[in-house]
Amino acid sequence: MHFAALGDSAVIITLGDSIDDGTHRLVRAASKRIRDDPPPGFIDIVPAFVSIVVHYDPLTAAQQHKYSGRPYEQVVNFLRDRLIDLDVSDLDAPRTVEIPVCYGGDLGPDLDDVARLHGLTADEVIRLHTGAEYLVYMIGFMPGFAYLGGLPEQIATPRRKTPRTAVPAGTVGIGGQQTGVYPLVSPGGWNLIGRTPAKIFDIARDEPTLVATGDRVRFRAVSRAEFDEAVA
Amino acid sequence: MTILVVTGGLQTTVQDLGRPMHQHQGIPGSGAMDRMAMRVGNILVGNDLGAATLEATLIGPALTFREDAVVALTGADLEASVGATSIPAWHPVLLPAGATLRFGRALRGCRTYIAVAGGIDVPVVFSSRSTYLRAEFGGLDGRALRAGDLLPLGAPSPLSRRIAASLRGTADADTAIVARWSAGISMRAAYSEDVVVRVIRGAHTDLLDKTSLDAFVGSRFRVSASSDRMGYRLDGEKLSLRATTELLSEGVAFGTVQLPPGGSPIVLMADRQTTGGYPRIGEVARVDLGLVAQLKPGDHLRFRFISLEDAQELYLGCEHDLRQAALAIPFHLPRSTV
Repeated sequence: MHFAALGDSAVIITLGDSIDDGTHRLVRAASKRIRDDPPPGFIDIVPAFVSIVVHYDPLTAAQQHKYSGRPYEQVVNFLRDRLIDLDVSDLDAPRTVEIPVCYGGDLGPDLDDVARLHGLTADEVIRLHTGAEYLVYMIGFMPGFAYLGGLPEQIATPRRKTPRTAVPAGTVGIGGQQTGVYPLVSPGGWNLIGRTPAKIFDIARDEPTLVATGDRVRFRAVSRAEFDEAVA
Repeated sequence: MTILVVTGGLQTTVQDLGRPMHQHQGIPGSGAMDRMAMRVGNILVGNDLGAATLEATLIGPALTFREDAVVALTGADLEASVGATSIPAWHPVLLPAGATLRFGRALRGCRTYIAVAGGIDVPVVFSSRSTYLRAEFGGLDGRALRAGDLLPLGAPSPLSRRIAASLRGTADADTAIVARWSAGISMRAAYSEDVVVRVIRGAHTDLLDKTSLDAFVGSRFRVSASSDRMGYRLDGEKLSLRATTELLSEGVAFGTVQLPPGGSPIVLMADRQTTGGYPRIGEVARVDLGLVAQLKPGDHLRFRFISLEDAQELYLGCEHDLRQAALAIPFHLPRSTV
Protein backbone atom coordinates (compact mmCIF):
# COMPACT_ATOMS: atom_id res chain seq x y z
CA MET A 1 0.00 0.00 0.00
CA HIS A 2 1.50 3.29 -1.10
CA PHE A 3 0.32 6.82 -0.31
CA ALA A 4 1.17 9.90 -2.39
CA ALA A 5 -0.12 13.43 -2.68
CA LEU A 6 -2.29 14.28 -5.69
CA GLY A 7 -1.84 18.03 -5.38
CA ASP A 8 -2.63 19.84 -2.14
CA SER A 9 -6.18 18.53 -1.73
CA ALA A 10 -6.10 14.83 -2.58
CA VAL A 11 -4.28 11.62 -1.69
CA ILE A 12 -3.79 8.70 -4.03
CA ILE A 13 -3.55 5.25 -2.45
CA THR A 14 -2.02 2.59 -4.67
CA LEU A 15 -2.91 -1.01 -3.85
CA GLY A 16 -1.43 -2.97 -6.75
CA ASP A 17 0.12 -2.64 -10.18
CA SER A 18 -2.04 -4.65 -12.56
CA ILE A 19 -5.68 -5.10 -13.45
CA ASP A 20 -6.65 -8.26 -11.61
CA ASP A 21 -9.34 -9.53 -9.31
CA GLY A 22 -7.14 -9.53 -6.22
CA THR A 23 -6.20 -5.87 -6.55
CA HIS A 24 -9.80 -5.06 -7.41
CA ARG A 25 -11.00 -6.65 -4.17
CA LEU A 26 -8.43 -4.64 -2.19
CA VAL A 27 -9.66 -1.46 -3.86
CA ARG A 28 -13.26 -2.29 -2.99
CA ALA A 29 -12.48 -3.24 0.59
CA ALA A 30 -10.41 -0.09 1.15
CA SER A 31 -13.07 2.11 -0.46
CA LYS A 32 -15.71 0.68 1.85
CA ARG A 33 -13.52 1.29 4.90
CA ILE A 34 -12.89 4.90 3.88
CA ARG A 35 -16.56 5.58 3.17
CA ASP A 36 -17.61 4.07 6.51
CA ASP A 37 -15.01 6.04 8.46
CA PRO A 38 -13.79 8.96 6.35
CA PRO A 39 -10.76 11.10 7.19
CA PRO A 40 -11.16 14.69 8.40
CA GLY A 41 -12.07 17.05 5.56
CA PHE A 42 -13.29 14.18 3.38
CA ILE A 43 -14.90 15.38 0.15
CA ASP A 44 -14.98 12.48 -2.29
CA ILE A 45 -13.50 9.11 -3.18
CA VAL A 46 -12.64 7.76 -6.63
CA PRO A 47 -11.79 4.06 -6.81
CA ALA A 48 -9.99 2.90 -9.96
CA PHE A 49 -8.22 -0.22 -11.28
CA VAL A 50 -5.34 -0.26 -8.80
CA SER A 51 -5.75 2.92 -6.78
CA ILE A 52 -8.11 5.11 -4.85
CA VAL A 53 -8.11 8.91 -4.84
CA VAL A 54 -9.42 10.59 -1.71
CA HIS A 55 -10.26 14.29 -2.15
CA TYR A 56 -10.14 16.35 1.03
CA ASP A 57 -10.24 19.92 2.26
CA PRO A 58 -6.87 20.80 3.85
CA LEU A 59 -8.51 23.40 6.11
CA THR A 60 -10.73 20.88 7.86
CA ALA A 61 -7.89 18.36 7.95
CA ALA A 62 -5.67 20.97 9.62
CA GLN A 63 -8.22 21.50 12.35
CA GLN A 64 -7.90 18.01 13.71
CA HIS A 65 -4.93 17.28 15.91
CA LYS A 66 -4.82 13.55 16.43
CA TYR A 67 -1.73 13.24 14.28
CA SER A 68 1.15 15.64 14.04
CA GLY A 69 2.07 17.39 10.83
CA ARG A 70 0.45 19.15 7.93
CA PRO A 71 -3.01 18.46 6.53
CA TYR A 72 -1.57 15.90 4.11
CA GLU A 73 0.09 13.94 6.93
CA GLN A 74 -3.09 14.14 9.01
CA VAL A 75 -5.08 12.52 6.23
CA VAL A 76 -2.45 9.93 5.31
CA ASN A 77 -1.88 8.87 8.90
CA PHE A 78 -5.61 8.57 9.43
CA LEU A 79 -6.00 6.45 6.29
CA ARG A 80 -2.98 4.28 7.13
CA ASP A 81 -4.49 3.50 10.53
CA ARG A 82 -7.82 2.56 9.00
CA LEU A 83 -6.43 0.41 6.21
CA ILE A 84 -3.78 -1.44 8.18
CA ASP A 85 -5.73 -4.68 8.57
CA LEU A 86 -7.65 -4.59 5.33
CA ASP A 87 -9.92 -7.60 4.99
CA VAL A 88 -11.24 -8.58 1.57
CA SER A 89 -13.35 -11.45 2.90
CA ASP A 90 -16.24 -9.31 4.14
CA LEU A 91 -17.07 -7.68 0.81
CA ASP A 92 -20.71 -7.69 -0.23
CA ALA A 93 -21.57 -10.42 -2.72
CA PRO A 94 -21.43 -8.91 -6.23
CA ARG A 95 -24.66 -8.06 -8.02
CA THR A 96 -25.15 -9.33 -11.53
CA VAL A 97 -26.65 -6.79 -13.91
CA GLU A 98 -28.04 -7.93 -17.25
CA ILE A 99 -27.87 -5.44 -20.10
CA PRO A 100 -30.08 -6.09 -23.14
CA VAL A 101 -28.37 -5.32 -26.46
CA CYS A 102 -29.64 -5.20 -30.01
CA TYR A 103 -26.56 -6.21 -32.02
CA GLY A 104 -25.64 -5.18 -35.56
CA GLY A 105 -27.55 -3.21 -38.17
CA ASP A 106 -27.57 0.55 -37.86
CA LEU A 107 -27.35 0.20 -34.07
CA GLY A 108 -24.06 -1.70 -34.33
CA PRO A 109 -22.50 -0.63 -37.63
CA ASP A 110 -19.09 -2.20 -36.93
CA LEU A 111 -20.30 -5.69 -36.02
CA ASP A 112 -19.53 -7.11 -39.47
CA ASP A 113 -16.06 -5.51 -39.50
CA VAL A 114 -15.27 -7.07 -36.11
CA ALA A 115 -16.49 -10.48 -37.33
CA ARG A 116 -14.50 -10.25 -40.58
CA LEU A 117 -11.30 -9.25 -38.76
CA HIS A 118 -11.45 -12.38 -36.60
CA GLY A 119 -12.74 -14.73 -39.31
CA LEU A 120 -16.01 -15.17 -37.44
CA THR A 121 -19.65 -14.72 -38.36
CA ALA A 122 -21.62 -11.88 -36.78
CA ASP A 123 -23.61 -14.45 -34.80
CA GLU A 124 -20.41 -15.93 -33.40
CA VAL A 125 -19.27 -12.49 -32.23
CA ILE A 126 -22.64 -11.99 -30.53
CA ARG A 127 -22.43 -15.44 -28.94
CA LEU A 128 -18.97 -14.70 -27.56
CA HIS A 129 -19.94 -11.22 -26.35
CA THR A 130 -23.09 -12.45 -24.59
CA GLY A 131 -21.43 -15.62 -23.32
CA ALA A 132 -18.92 -13.91 -21.07
CA GLU A 133 -19.37 -12.50 -17.59
CA TYR A 134 -17.74 -9.11 -17.11
CA LEU A 135 -16.45 -7.43 -13.98
CA VAL A 136 -16.95 -3.69 -13.43
CA TYR A 137 -13.44 -2.68 -12.41
CA MET A 138 -14.20 1.00 -12.16
CA ILE A 139 -16.50 3.82 -13.24
CA GLY A 140 -14.89 6.85 -14.82
CA PHE A 141 -14.32 8.83 -18.00
CA MET A 142 -17.93 10.05 -18.04
CA PRO A 143 -21.00 9.65 -15.81
CA GLY A 144 -21.84 5.95 -15.51
CA PHE A 145 -19.12 4.68 -17.85
CA ALA A 146 -18.04 1.23 -16.63
CA TYR A 147 -14.60 -0.18 -17.38
CA LEU A 148 -15.36 -3.87 -17.89
CA GLY A 149 -12.91 -6.72 -17.68
CA GLY A 150 -13.50 -10.15 -19.21
CA LEU A 151 -13.81 -9.57 -22.95
CA PRO A 152 -13.08 -12.87 -24.75
CA GLU A 153 -9.67 -12.68 -26.43
CA GLN A 154 -11.18 -13.89 -29.75
CA ILE A 155 -13.12 -10.63 -30.23
CA ALA A 156 -10.61 -8.09 -28.84
CA THR A 157 -10.40 -5.50 -31.62
CA PRO A 158 -8.15 -2.45 -32.02
CA ARG A 159 -9.80 0.97 -31.88
CA ARG A 160 -10.85 2.49 -35.18
CA LYS A 161 -8.31 4.71 -36.93
CA THR A 162 -10.73 7.62 -37.16
CA PRO A 163 -12.90 8.18 -34.08
CA ARG A 164 -16.53 9.08 -34.63
CA THR A 165 -17.53 12.55 -33.50
CA ALA A 166 -20.84 11.48 -31.94
CA VAL A 167 -21.63 7.98 -30.71
CA PRO A 168 -25.23 7.71 -29.47
CA ALA A 169 -25.97 7.01 -25.80
CA GLY A 170 -26.37 3.28 -25.10
CA THR A 171 -24.01 2.17 -27.85
CA VAL A 172 -22.00 -0.96 -27.03
CA GLY A 173 -18.45 -1.02 -28.30
CA ILE A 174 -15.20 -2.94 -28.31
CA GLY A 175 -11.90 -1.06 -28.03
CA GLY A 176 -8.78 -3.19 -27.68
CA GLN A 177 -9.21 -5.59 -24.75
CA GLN A 178 -12.15 -3.64 -23.44
CA THR A 179 -15.87 -3.55 -24.02
CA GLY A 180 -18.38 -1.11 -22.64
CA VAL A 181 -21.46 1.01 -23.13
CA TYR A 182 -21.43 4.75 -23.87
CA PRO A 183 -23.77 6.29 -21.24
CA LEU A 184 -24.07 9.64 -23.07
CA VAL A 185 -23.60 10.90 -26.59
CA SER A 186 -19.86 11.28 -26.96
CA PRO A 187 -17.03 11.12 -29.47
CA GLY A 188 -15.64 7.60 -29.59
CA GLY A 189 -13.06 5.42 -31.28
CA TRP A 190 -14.40 2.00 -30.34
CA ASN A 191 -15.96 -0.51 -32.74
CA LEU A 192 -19.72 -0.19 -32.34
CA ILE A 193 -21.43 -3.58 -32.24
CA GLY A 194 -24.88 -2.83 -30.85
CA ARG A 195 -26.99 -0.64 -28.65
CA THR A 196 -28.88 -1.11 -25.39
CA PRO A 197 -32.33 0.36 -24.75
CA ALA A 198 -31.42 0.48 -21.04
CA LYS A 199 -30.48 3.85 -19.58
CA ILE A 200 -26.91 3.43 -18.39
CA PHE A 201 -27.00 6.85 -16.75
CA ASP A 202 -30.27 8.46 -15.69
CA ILE A 203 -30.47 11.41 -13.34
CA ALA A 204 -34.10 10.59 -12.59
CA ARG A 205 -33.06 7.44 -10.71
CA ASP A 206 -31.94 7.44 -7.07
CA GLU A 207 -28.97 5.41 -8.22
CA PRO A 208 -28.17 7.21 -11.46
CA THR A 209 -25.73 4.64 -12.79
CA LEU A 210 -26.99 1.24 -13.93
CA VAL A 211 -23.87 -0.53 -12.71
CA ALA A 212 -21.43 0.08 -9.87
CA THR A 213 -17.82 -0.87 -9.25
CA GLY A 214 -17.67 -4.55 -8.32
CA ASP A 215 -20.83 -5.57 -10.18
CA ARG A 216 -20.86 -8.43 -12.66
CA VAL A 217 -22.36 -7.67 -16.05
CA ARG A 218 -23.86 -9.95 -18.70
CA PHE A 219 -25.12 -8.85 -22.09
CA ARG A 220 -28.29 -10.42 -23.53
CA ALA A 221 -29.13 -10.22 -27.23
CA VAL A 222 -32.54 -8.76 -28.02
CA SER A 223 -34.32 -8.30 -31.34
CA ARG A 224 -34.82 -4.97 -33.03
CA ALA A 225 -38.54 -5.23 -32.17
CA GLU A 226 -37.73 -5.67 -28.47
CA PHE A 227 -35.28 -2.76 -28.65
CA ASP A 228 -37.84 -0.48 -30.30
CA GLU A 229 -40.48 -1.46 -27.79
CA ALA A 230 -38.14 -0.79 -24.85
CA VAL A 231 -37.17 2.70 -26.02
CA ALA A 232 -40.71 3.66 -27.08
CA MET B 1 -38.44 36.46 -6.18
CA THR B 2 -37.04 35.82 -9.62
CA ILE B 3 -34.60 37.23 -12.11
CA LEU B 4 -35.63 37.52 -15.76
CA VAL B 5 -32.91 36.62 -18.23
CA VAL B 6 -33.02 39.16 -21.07
CA THR B 7 -30.01 37.71 -22.85
CA GLY B 8 -27.96 34.73 -21.72
CA GLY B 9 -24.48 35.94 -22.66
CA LEU B 10 -21.82 33.66 -24.10
CA GLN B 11 -22.05 30.96 -21.45
CA THR B 12 -23.66 31.81 -18.15
CA THR B 13 -24.27 28.89 -15.80
CA VAL B 14 -25.38 28.36 -12.23
CA GLN B 15 -22.44 27.19 -10.10
CA ASP B 16 -21.89 26.51 -6.42
CA LEU B 17 -18.91 24.83 -4.74
CA GLY B 18 -19.36 21.63 -6.70
CA ARG B 19 -20.75 18.15 -6.50
CA PRO B 20 -19.30 16.03 -3.70
CA MET B 21 -19.61 12.25 -3.22
CA HIS B 22 -20.52 11.25 -6.77
CA GLN B 23 -17.18 10.90 -8.50
CA HIS B 24 -17.24 7.12 -8.03
CA GLN B 25 -20.19 7.20 -10.46
CA GLY B 26 -18.15 9.12 -13.00
CA ILE B 27 -19.99 12.35 -12.13
CA PRO B 28 -17.55 15.29 -12.18
CA GLY B 29 -16.96 17.62 -9.25
CA SER B 30 -18.01 20.69 -11.32
CA GLY B 31 -18.70 23.94 -9.44
CA ALA B 32 -17.32 27.45 -9.84
CA MET B 33 -14.02 27.71 -11.71
CA ASP B 34 -12.72 30.60 -9.54
CA ARG B 35 -13.86 29.62 -6.07
CA MET B 36 -12.18 32.47 -4.25
CA ALA B 37 -14.00 35.08 -6.35
CA MET B 38 -17.27 33.15 -6.14
CA ARG B 39 -17.12 32.89 -2.36
CA VAL B 40 -16.12 36.54 -1.89
CA GLY B 41 -19.24 37.42 -3.88
CA ASN B 42 -21.37 35.39 -1.51
CA ILE B 43 -19.76 37.02 1.51
CA LEU B 44 -20.45 40.51 0.14
CA VAL B 45 -24.19 39.84 -0.19
CA GLY B 46 -24.54 38.03 3.14
CA ASN B 47 -24.90 34.49 1.73
CA ASP B 48 -23.33 31.27 2.91
CA LEU B 49 -20.01 30.64 1.15
CA GLY B 50 -21.53 27.82 -0.88
CA ALA B 51 -24.70 29.57 -2.15
CA ALA B 52 -25.26 29.11 -5.88
CA THR B 53 -24.09 32.00 -8.06
CA LEU B 54 -24.02 32.75 -11.77
CA GLU B 55 -20.75 32.26 -13.60
CA ALA B 56 -20.65 34.48 -16.71
CA THR B 57 -17.99 33.90 -19.35
CA LEU B 58 -16.42 36.75 -21.40
CA ILE B 59 -19.77 38.11 -22.62
CA GLY B 60 -22.09 38.60 -19.69
CA PRO B 61 -25.87 38.19 -19.66
CA ALA B 62 -28.53 40.89 -19.27
CA LEU B 63 -30.62 40.29 -16.16
CA THR B 64 -33.72 42.12 -14.97
CA PHE B 65 -34.38 42.04 -11.23
CA ARG B 66 -38.10 41.96 -10.43
CA GLU B 67 -37.61 43.25 -6.88
CA ASP B 68 -34.88 45.07 -4.97
CA ALA B 69 -31.86 42.82 -4.71
CA VAL B 70 -28.39 42.95 -3.21
CA VAL B 71 -25.83 41.65 -5.68
CA ALA B 72 -22.06 41.54 -5.92
CA LEU B 73 -19.88 41.02 -8.97
CA THR B 74 -16.52 39.36 -8.42
CA GLY B 75 -13.83 37.85 -10.60
CA ALA B 76 -13.43 39.17 -14.13
CA ASP B 77 -14.25 42.78 -15.03
CA LEU B 78 -16.83 42.46 -17.81
CA GLU B 79 -17.82 46.14 -17.73
CA ALA B 80 -21.05 45.84 -15.77
CA SER B 81 -23.65 48.60 -15.70
CA VAL B 82 -27.21 49.41 -14.77
CA GLY B 83 -28.54 52.18 -16.98
CA ALA B 84 -25.87 54.89 -17.03
CA THR B 85 -24.29 53.72 -13.75
CA SER B 86 -21.27 51.49 -14.04
CA ILE B 87 -21.14 48.79 -11.39
CA PRO B 88 -17.72 48.17 -9.85
CA ALA B 89 -16.65 44.65 -9.00
CA TRP B 90 -16.03 43.50 -5.40
CA HIS B 91 -18.73 45.80 -3.87
CA PRO B 92 -22.19 44.98 -2.60
CA VAL B 93 -24.74 46.79 -4.75
CA LEU B 94 -28.44 47.36 -4.16
CA LEU B 95 -30.37 47.10 -7.40
CA PRO B 96 -33.87 48.64 -7.40
CA ALA B 97 -36.84 46.64 -8.67
CA GLY B 98 -36.91 46.66 -12.45
CA ALA B 99 -33.18 47.32 -12.86
CA THR B 100 -31.44 45.53 -15.71
CA LEU B 101 -27.83 44.52 -15.13
CA ARG B 102 -25.85 44.52 -18.37
CA PHE B 103 -22.29 43.78 -19.34
CA GLY B 104 -19.94 45.17 -21.99
CA ARG B 105 -16.43 44.21 -22.97
CA ALA B 106 -14.19 41.76 -21.15
CA LEU B 107 -11.70 44.23 -19.67
CA ARG B 108 -9.88 41.81 -17.38
CA GLY B 109 -10.21 38.11 -16.70
CA CYS B 110 -12.63 35.60 -18.16
CA ARG B 111 -15.33 34.74 -15.61
CA THR B 112 -17.51 37.03 -13.53
CA TYR B 113 -19.50 35.73 -10.58
CA ILE B 114 -22.88 37.28 -9.98
CA ALA B 115 -23.81 36.62 -6.37
CA VAL B 116 -27.35 37.54 -5.38
CA ALA B 117 -28.64 37.69 -1.80
CA GLY B 118 -30.50 34.45 -1.13
CA GLY B 119 -28.58 32.55 -3.80
CA ILE B 120 -29.88 31.09 -7.06
CA ASP B 121 -32.47 28.57 -5.93
CA VAL B 122 -32.48 25.96 -8.68
CA PRO B 123 -33.10 22.32 -7.67
CA VAL B 124 -30.26 20.36 -6.07
CA VAL B 125 -29.14 17.51 -8.33
CA PHE B 126 -26.73 15.01 -6.73
CA SER B 127 -25.93 17.28 -3.79
CA SER B 128 -25.24 20.40 -5.86
CA ARG B 129 -26.87 23.18 -7.86
CA SER B 130 -23.92 23.35 -10.25
CA THR B 131 -24.60 23.05 -13.97
CA TYR B 132 -22.84 20.20 -15.77
CA LEU B 133 -23.32 21.07 -19.41
CA ARG B 134 -21.93 17.90 -20.94
CA ALA B 135 -24.48 15.58 -19.33
CA GLU B 136 -27.12 18.33 -19.20
CA PHE B 137 -28.00 18.29 -15.52
CA GLY B 138 -27.82 20.67 -12.57
CA GLY B 139 -28.31 24.42 -12.71
CA LEU B 140 -31.20 25.54 -14.88
CA ASP B 141 -32.25 22.41 -16.81
CA GLY B 142 -28.61 21.45 -17.22
CA ARG B 143 -27.84 24.23 -19.67
CA ALA B 144 -26.53 27.77 -19.96
CA LEU B 145 -28.96 30.66 -19.46
CA ARG B 146 -30.91 31.97 -22.42
CA ALA B 147 -33.37 34.76 -23.09
CA GLY B 148 -36.71 34.32 -21.35
CA ASP B 149 -35.43 32.15 -18.49
CA LEU B 150 -36.67 32.91 -15.00
CA LEU B 151 -34.18 32.29 -12.21
CA PRO B 152 -35.64 31.61 -8.77
CA LEU B 153 -33.88 33.17 -5.78
CA GLY B 154 -33.71 31.86 -2.23
CA ALA B 155 -34.82 33.87 0.80
CA PRO B 156 -32.20 36.45 1.82
CA SER B 157 -30.51 35.80 5.17
CA PRO B 158 -30.92 38.26 8.07
CA LEU B 159 -27.43 39.55 7.24
CA SER B 160 -28.42 40.07 3.59
CA ARG B 161 -31.42 42.06 4.73
CA ARG B 162 -29.21 44.21 6.95
CA ILE B 163 -26.87 44.88 4.02
CA ALA B 164 -29.87 45.84 1.88
CA ALA B 165 -31.22 48.15 4.59
CA SER B 166 -27.85 49.84 5.04
CA LEU B 167 -27.63 50.53 1.31
CA ARG B 168 -31.21 51.67 0.95
CA GLY B 169 -30.65 54.31 3.64
CA THR B 170 -33.33 56.94 3.65
CA ALA B 171 -33.50 57.76 -0.04
CA ASP B 172 -35.99 55.82 -2.12
CA ALA B 173 -33.49 55.33 -4.87
CA ASP B 174 -34.46 54.21 -8.32
CA THR B 175 -30.89 53.66 -9.34
CA ALA B 176 -28.21 51.21 -8.29
CA ILE B 177 -26.56 52.03 -4.95
CA VAL B 178 -22.96 50.89 -4.57
CA ALA B 179 -21.68 50.26 -1.05
CA ARG B 180 -18.80 52.42 0.15
CA TRP B 181 -17.06 49.31 1.47
CA SER B 182 -15.76 46.41 -0.56
CA ALA B 183 -13.73 43.21 -0.45
CA GLY B 184 -10.18 43.83 0.78
CA ILE B 185 -7.31 43.80 -1.66
CA SER B 186 -6.08 40.46 -0.29
CA MET B 187 -9.36 38.91 -1.43
CA ARG B 188 -8.84 39.98 -5.03
CA ALA B 189 -6.50 37.79 -7.01
CA ALA B 190 -4.00 39.48 -9.34
CA TYR B 191 -5.68 38.45 -12.58
CA SER B 192 -3.57 39.05 -15.63
CA GLU B 193 -3.14 37.87 -19.19
CA ASP B 194 0.27 36.52 -18.27
CA VAL B 195 0.42 34.77 -14.92
CA VAL B 196 2.80 32.63 -12.91
CA VAL B 197 1.04 29.52 -11.66
CA ARG B 198 2.53 27.44 -8.89
CA VAL B 199 2.52 23.66 -9.35
CA ILE B 200 3.29 20.84 -6.99
CA ARG B 201 5.29 18.00 -8.53
CA GLY B 202 3.07 15.32 -10.00
CA ALA B 203 3.40 11.55 -10.01
CA HIS B 204 5.23 11.63 -13.36
CA THR B 205 7.17 14.90 -13.22
CA ASP B 206 10.38 12.92 -12.84
CA LEU B 207 9.68 11.12 -16.11
CA LEU B 208 10.06 14.35 -18.11
CA ASP B 209 13.35 14.49 -19.98
CA LYS B 210 15.76 17.25 -18.96
CA THR B 211 14.81 19.64 -21.78
CA SER B 212 11.10 19.11 -21.13
CA LEU B 213 11.44 19.63 -17.39
CA ASP B 214 13.24 22.93 -18.05
CA ALA B 215 10.56 23.92 -20.56
CA PHE B 216 7.73 22.96 -18.20
CA VAL B 217 8.84 25.37 -15.49
CA GLY B 218 10.85 27.76 -17.64
CA SER B 219 8.87 28.53 -20.78
CA ARG B 220 5.66 30.39 -21.44
CA PHE B 221 2.52 28.53 -22.51
CA ARG B 222 -0.39 29.94 -24.41
CA VAL B 223 -4.00 29.01 -23.58
CA SER B 224 -5.43 27.28 -26.62
CA ALA B 225 -8.81 28.12 -28.13
CA SER B 226 -10.11 24.66 -27.25
CA SER B 227 -10.06 25.41 -23.51
CA ASP B 228 -13.21 25.24 -21.46
CA ARG B 229 -14.62 24.34 -18.05
CA MET B 230 -13.26 20.81 -18.49
CA GLY B 231 -9.67 21.73 -19.14
CA TYR B 232 -7.16 24.27 -20.40
CA ARG B 233 -5.04 23.08 -23.30
CA LEU B 234 -1.66 24.76 -23.45
CA ASP B 235 0.33 25.51 -26.58
CA GLY B 236 4.05 26.04 -26.34
CA GLU B 237 7.17 23.92 -26.25
CA LYS B 238 6.25 20.27 -26.71
CA LEU B 239 7.11 18.20 -23.65
CA SER B 240 8.19 14.60 -23.73
CA LEU B 241 8.95 11.82 -21.28
CA ARG B 242 12.27 9.98 -20.94
CA ALA B 243 10.49 6.68 -21.24
CA THR B 244 7.04 5.80 -22.45
CA THR B 245 4.97 4.44 -19.68
CA GLU B 246 1.74 2.47 -19.71
CA LEU B 247 -0.62 4.02 -17.19
CA LEU B 248 -3.91 2.74 -15.89
CA SER B 249 -6.79 5.19 -15.57
CA GLU B 250 -7.11 6.60 -12.09
CA GLY B 251 -8.49 9.57 -10.20
CA VAL B 252 -7.39 13.09 -11.12
CA ALA B 253 -7.92 16.45 -9.41
CA PHE B 254 -8.94 20.04 -10.15
CA GLY B 255 -5.59 21.41 -11.31
CA THR B 256 -3.94 18.17 -12.44
CA VAL B 257 -1.58 18.91 -15.35
CA GLN B 258 -1.80 15.99 -17.77
CA LEU B 259 0.59 15.32 -20.60
CA PRO B 260 -1.13 13.58 -23.54
CA PRO B 261 1.02 11.96 -26.27
CA GLY B 262 1.04 15.11 -28.42
CA GLY B 263 3.26 16.84 -25.82
CA SER B 264 0.93 19.79 -25.08
CA PRO B 265 -0.10 19.84 -21.42
CA ILE B 266 -3.72 20.13 -20.27
CA VAL B 267 -4.73 21.64 -16.92
CA LEU B 268 -7.84 19.85 -15.70
CA MET B 269 -10.51 22.22 -14.44
CA ALA B 270 -13.89 22.09 -12.66
CA ASP B 271 -15.77 19.88 -15.16
CA ARG B 272 -12.84 17.48 -15.61
CA GLN B 273 -13.46 13.78 -16.00
CA THR B 274 -13.21 11.96 -12.69
CA THR B 275 -10.37 9.73 -13.94
CA GLY B 276 -7.61 9.99 -16.51
CA GLY B 277 -4.88 7.84 -17.97
CA TYR B 278 -2.27 10.37 -19.11
CA PRO B 279 0.94 11.11 -17.20
CA ARG B 280 0.47 13.75 -14.49
CA ILE B 281 3.39 16.15 -14.64
CA GLY B 282 2.11 18.64 -12.09
CA GLU B 283 -0.72 19.66 -9.80
CA VAL B 284 -1.68 23.34 -9.70
CA ALA B 285 -1.70 24.72 -6.15
CA ARG B 286 -5.29 25.30 -5.12
CA VAL B 287 -4.62 28.97 -4.32
CA ASP B 288 -3.66 29.57 -7.98
CA LEU B 289 -6.60 27.80 -9.64
CA GLY B 290 -8.52 31.08 -9.82
CA LEU B 291 -5.68 32.67 -11.78
CA VAL B 292 -5.91 29.86 -14.33
CA ALA B 293 -9.72 30.01 -14.42
CA GLN B 294 -9.53 33.69 -15.33
CA LEU B 295 -7.26 33.13 -18.37
CA LYS B 296 -8.85 33.47 -21.81
CA PRO B 297 -7.76 31.68 -24.97
CA GLY B 298 -4.62 33.47 -26.15
CA ASP B 299 -3.50 34.43 -22.63
CA HIS B 300 -0.24 33.11 -21.22
CA LEU B 301 1.02 31.31 -18.18
CA ARG B 302 4.26 30.05 -16.74
CA PHE B 303 4.63 27.32 -14.15
CA ARG B 304 6.83 27.46 -11.09
CA PHE B 305 7.31 24.62 -8.62
CA ILE B 306 6.03 24.90 -5.08
CA SER B 307 6.30 22.29 -2.33
CA LEU B 308 3.21 20.52 -1.07
CA GLU B 309 3.86 22.00 2.38
CA ASP B 310 4.03 25.58 1.09
CA ALA B 311 0.94 25.09 -1.08
CA GLN B 312 -1.10 23.86 1.86
CA GLU B 313 0.25 26.63 4.09
CA LEU B 314 -0.79 29.27 1.54
CA TYR B 315 -4.19 27.65 1.18
CA LEU B 316 -4.76 27.68 4.94
CA GLY B 317 -3.79 31.36 5.02
CA CYS B 318 -6.22 32.27 2.23
CA GLU B 319 -9.04 30.31 3.81
CA HIS B 320 -8.38 31.99 7.13
CA ASP B 321 -8.47 35.44 5.48
CA LEU B 322 -11.69 34.58 3.68
CA ARG B 323 -13.42 33.59 6.89
CA GLN B 324 -12.14 36.69 8.65
CA ALA B 325 -13.59 38.78 5.84
CA ALA B 326 -16.96 37.08 6.30
CA LEU B 327 -16.89 37.74 10.04
CA ALA B 328 -16.07 41.40 9.45
CA ILE B 329 -19.14 42.13 7.28
CA PRO B 330 -21.44 43.20 10.15
CA PHE B 331 -18.87 45.82 11.18
CA HIS B 332 -19.31 47.58 7.83
CA LEU B 333 -22.98 48.12 8.57
CA PRO B 334 -24.36 51.07 10.53
CA ARG B 335 -25.41 50.16 14.03
CA SER B 336 -28.88 51.61 13.54
CA THR B 337 -29.75 48.77 11.20
CA VAL B 338 -29.05 46.10 13.82
